[in-house]
Amino acid sequence: SSHEHKLNFKKSKEVCLSYIQDAMLQKQWKRAAEFLTFYIESLEKDFSTEYMGPSEMIWRIGTEILCHHSHSNMKEFNSFIEQMKTLGVKRYLKVCLEHAFHLLCNGLIDEAYQNLSLAESWRFGEQTAIQDKEMKLIQAYRGLLDYYSWSKQKTILLEHGQDGFEDLSVEQEMHSCFRKAAVNLREIIKIPGVWDLFVKCYVDLLEFYGDHNEARQVLNEYAYNSKFPANPNAHVYLYQFLKRHGEPKKSLISALKILHDIVPSHELMIDFNTMLQKSKKRRKRRLGLEVIFAALDYAGWKESVKAWSCLARQVKQIAISEKHLDWIKQEWNSRKDWWPAFHFSRYLAKRNWQENESLSYEKALVAGILLGKDCKYFKYVSHQGCKAQVKRFRMLKKFVNKHNPVYLRISG
Amino acid sequence: RDFNERCAQCSEVNWGLTDGGRFYCRSCHSVTERTREVVNTDFISNARIQTISKGLRKQEKTDGGCEWYVCEGFQLVLKKQAEALEALGVCAQMKDEILCNFWRRYLQKSKQAYCNRPAGETVKALSVCDSSTDVDSEPERPSLLHLLSLSESEGDLQTDCSFASSTSKVSESTSVCSGSVDGSLYLMKNQKEKLRMTMPMTLSFCYMALLWLREPMTLSDLLRFVVEGHIPYLNVFQHFPEKMKLCGLDLKIFCVESWPVYEEVYNKMLELAAFLDLPRFPDITDSCFLHPDMLCMKYLMEANLPDELHNWTCRVVKKICIGEVDFLTLVPGNKSTRNVKYDVLAVAVIVVVLKLLFLLDDHYEWLLSDFAEERNKNNKEGGPYFEFKKWYKVIKCSLDVEQKKLDEERAKYLWRCEKPLFYSAKKKSKVLKRRQMVVNLQNQFGKLSGSVRPAEKPNPSSFQLSWSEENTDGSCFHGHSLKGILQEKCGLLTAMNPDYWLCTVKLCTEKLCGHLAHYREVDFPQSYHFVLRLFSFLLRIQPSYIHDEVCVIEHKLFNKKLCKKPKYNTGLRK
Repeated sequence: SSHEHKLNFKKSKEVCLSYIQDAMLQKQWKRAAEFLTFYIESLEKDFSTEYMGPSEMIWRIGTEILCHHSHSNMKEFNSFIEQMKTLGVKRYLKVCLEHAFHLLCNGLIDEAYQNLSLAESWRFGEQTAIQDKEMKLIQAYRGLLDYYSWSKQKTILLEHGQDGFEDLSVEQEMHSCFRKAAVNLREIIKIPGVWDLFVKCYVDLLEFYGDHNEARQVLNEYAYNSKFPANPNAHVYLYQFLKRHGEPKKSLISALKILHDIVPSHELMIDFNTMLQKSKKRRKRRLGLEVIFAALDYAGWKESVKAWSCLARQVKQIAISEKHLDWIKQEWNSRKDWWPAFHFSRYLAKRNWQENESLSYEKALVAGILLGKDCKYFKYVSHQGCKAQVKRFRMLKKFVNKHNPVYLRISG
Repeated sequence: RDFNERCAQCSEVNWGLTDGGRFYCRSCHSVTERTREVVNTDFISNARIQTISKGLRKQEKTDGGCEWYVCEGFQLVLKKQAEALEALGVCAQMKDEILCNFWRRYLQKSKQAYCNRPAGETVKALSVCDSSTDVDSEPERPSLLHLLSLSESEGDLQTDCSFASSTSKVSESTSVCSGSVDGSLYLMKNQKEKLRMTMPMTLSFCYMALLWLREPMTLSDLLRFVVEGHIPYLNVFQHFPEKMKLCGLDLKIFCVESWPVYEEVYNKMLELAAFLDLPRFPDITDSCFLHPDMLCMKYLMEANLPDELHNWTCRVVKKICIGEVDFLTLVPGNKSTRNVKYDVLAVAVIVVVLKLLFLLDDHYEWLLSDFAEERNKNNKEGGPYFEFKKWYKVIKCSLDVEQKKLDEERAKYLWRCEKPLFYSAKKKSKVLKRRQMVVNLQNQFGKLSGSVRPAEKPNPSSFQLSWSEENTDGSCFHGHSLKGILQEKCGLLTAMNPDYWLCTVKLCTEKLCGHLAHYREVDFPQSYHFVLRLFSFLLRIQPSYIHDEVCVIEHKLFNKKLCKKPKYNTGLRK
């Protein structure tokens, strides 16, 4: 209990730490700093074998306080971090890396670069090998900053080019930045992990210098190598690349297939469905229907006219041809219990009509086919539409009435 | 200064001190062999030290240190503590006579000095034994960590020659393992019969001396002063002279990393008194501060309880004969009498009295309080009746505030001092660098703390809570009357409360489980717990200690009834 009257060094520091913790949770930075002052002497006996030694604790707590305290500034922060770097050799690179992050977040890019370069040159016996991962990260982030410089110089060059100036030194520097960046970026993306930013930058570099093969290989690796964690962005990047380079639809579709599996609600699903609908292959069209239904399962798409128009187009086409009604039946089977309340309630009918006529049009079409001409949604919207004498709604009404048997066949 | 011999060269008496601590004649600049230690009265003179300084003391080591023995260190500690106590008002006799003599006697009994074969000589014996070992074989130097871990366990360690021969020459190993000459031996030797000296034991010495002089300072007061920093204990080695270098195992001996524990200090004191073959201590009579009647008065005042309760505490004390001189006076080595913790006893008596008058079963005391409140509302004359509820509110408020302060102080307690310590000379620069960093960081975050930290220690005072009757808010209960809860029967005032509940029906055997009773908060009424909490705070000891004492008192008080009718469980009619 807290009313113990015994006290030893270890317990005393534990208690102190809990006071620091409380203060930080309540954002009382002055109080946290006050108690940290008393905690600091635990550095003088860092014999603990527990996971969190006081030096790590002090580093992290001190960082938090200095980040948030109103009287602190970058100079203080830097001086603090320099001291932390000397505290634990096993943590040295980690501290350097986080220091660099902090500098970047505060817009001090040059300082961050210097820090990273300095850290890169650090050697400490077997520790260097042990902290290999951190070193790779440091090199990667330095590479990223090199990319950033490259990018700036590229912009300058292009501007000068427009103005008719030629700047050899800028160009040379740009190329040298490229080399430095490329080396480090390539290294990090070899290691399984999530490296979105690095991949994008690297690919950008490669494309600029015309090495499309390398770029394609990198993106393929990133997307398809099973050692790498499943990452929707990898597929997005690959797709965008392929699209940029005019690859055939087939490869575009295969790039998006996995994306659909991982993230059915992804914004690219619209493009995906559009491509699939137009395909000559039956299986692809079938997939297209699946894709668009799946996307509309998600609340984010509820009000998307584009999405609904995709679905409406396909449903309309199927209704007219009267072929593959079983497709619709299959898709509707698992949805008929909840889509009506989710998408086609009377409340939504009113709201959609008031807010977005096109949306209500597309939805009404789908509702009319899936739920029949007597469903709430269709009845309300088509009635309103006809009342307002909007031509397409009259046509819609006719269409749905005409194809009511489709509904009957689907539902039956 | 104190050195009055004439110079051998020029016959002048004009001495100065070299950096090496030797005397040199200012007139003719010749240096003597006499070192300062011989003449200096800082070290309380002691036959062994004189023997050493006459010639056996080694040349100074290169770092300016000198040879010193562990007991010299402790001697210094005691001296500092005695000076501090003097500054607190304890009579000077304590330092110059009592404590001094206790210490000398200890040294004698533990064969560290004042005897024919001081333990220091065994140190030399080992090195003699060692020189006969094979020079070529690499003697296994016990690693520092090994020695440190050995000292952790209080187990026996061999001191036979085979072990000794496996260490290198003592002088070499001590320069690695400790700054003192006998630091490593001190921790290794089988000390069971000799009562090895420790830092907590210095407080036992102090308390023993205080008790001998019957000074108005209880053990809980003493320990509280230690924690508050008025008595040197933590980091007392700061006051060692520059030449007494501490390192290695000395740290294990002299560094303190925990607050002194009441039980430990008390028990050691008893052991010590027996070890020193001390006679019966001076009588504790009813005019002594430590007598329960006096201490009860003090604690009643501090707890803001009515003065009238004092009559009751005296009655209880008388009834169970704990005010007797023979009961209260310490007779070392006498295992048949239970030894008395004066502060705990007094406080426990008060608790029993409160139980007698208010029952403290979470019902009755509030009932009584309501009656008193009614009466106080309607009748303003004749002074207020004591209302338990009001008292509870006032005390709880203060207690919570003080407890919170105390908890924060625990969190803010600083253990390190400016004089850094290191295990070996190799680590010195690292330790100093660390210290520098710590100071820098403390400054950096100290500036961000906002409020200025008061650097002064609070003034030492015997009373932690004080209440004044001049306060118009009625928060002082000293003068309140107990009339509302008393009645007259046969000319005697008795409590209206007819019931009593025992804390425990049967006392445990101390030998088996170390306690007489076992206290768990949930098993007892909250009012009882509150009262325990209050005194536990004042004395800085666990509530269970007080509870134990309460049980003992109750068993004495209701002895007859308990013997006759063992079937009573919770309630008891008085």
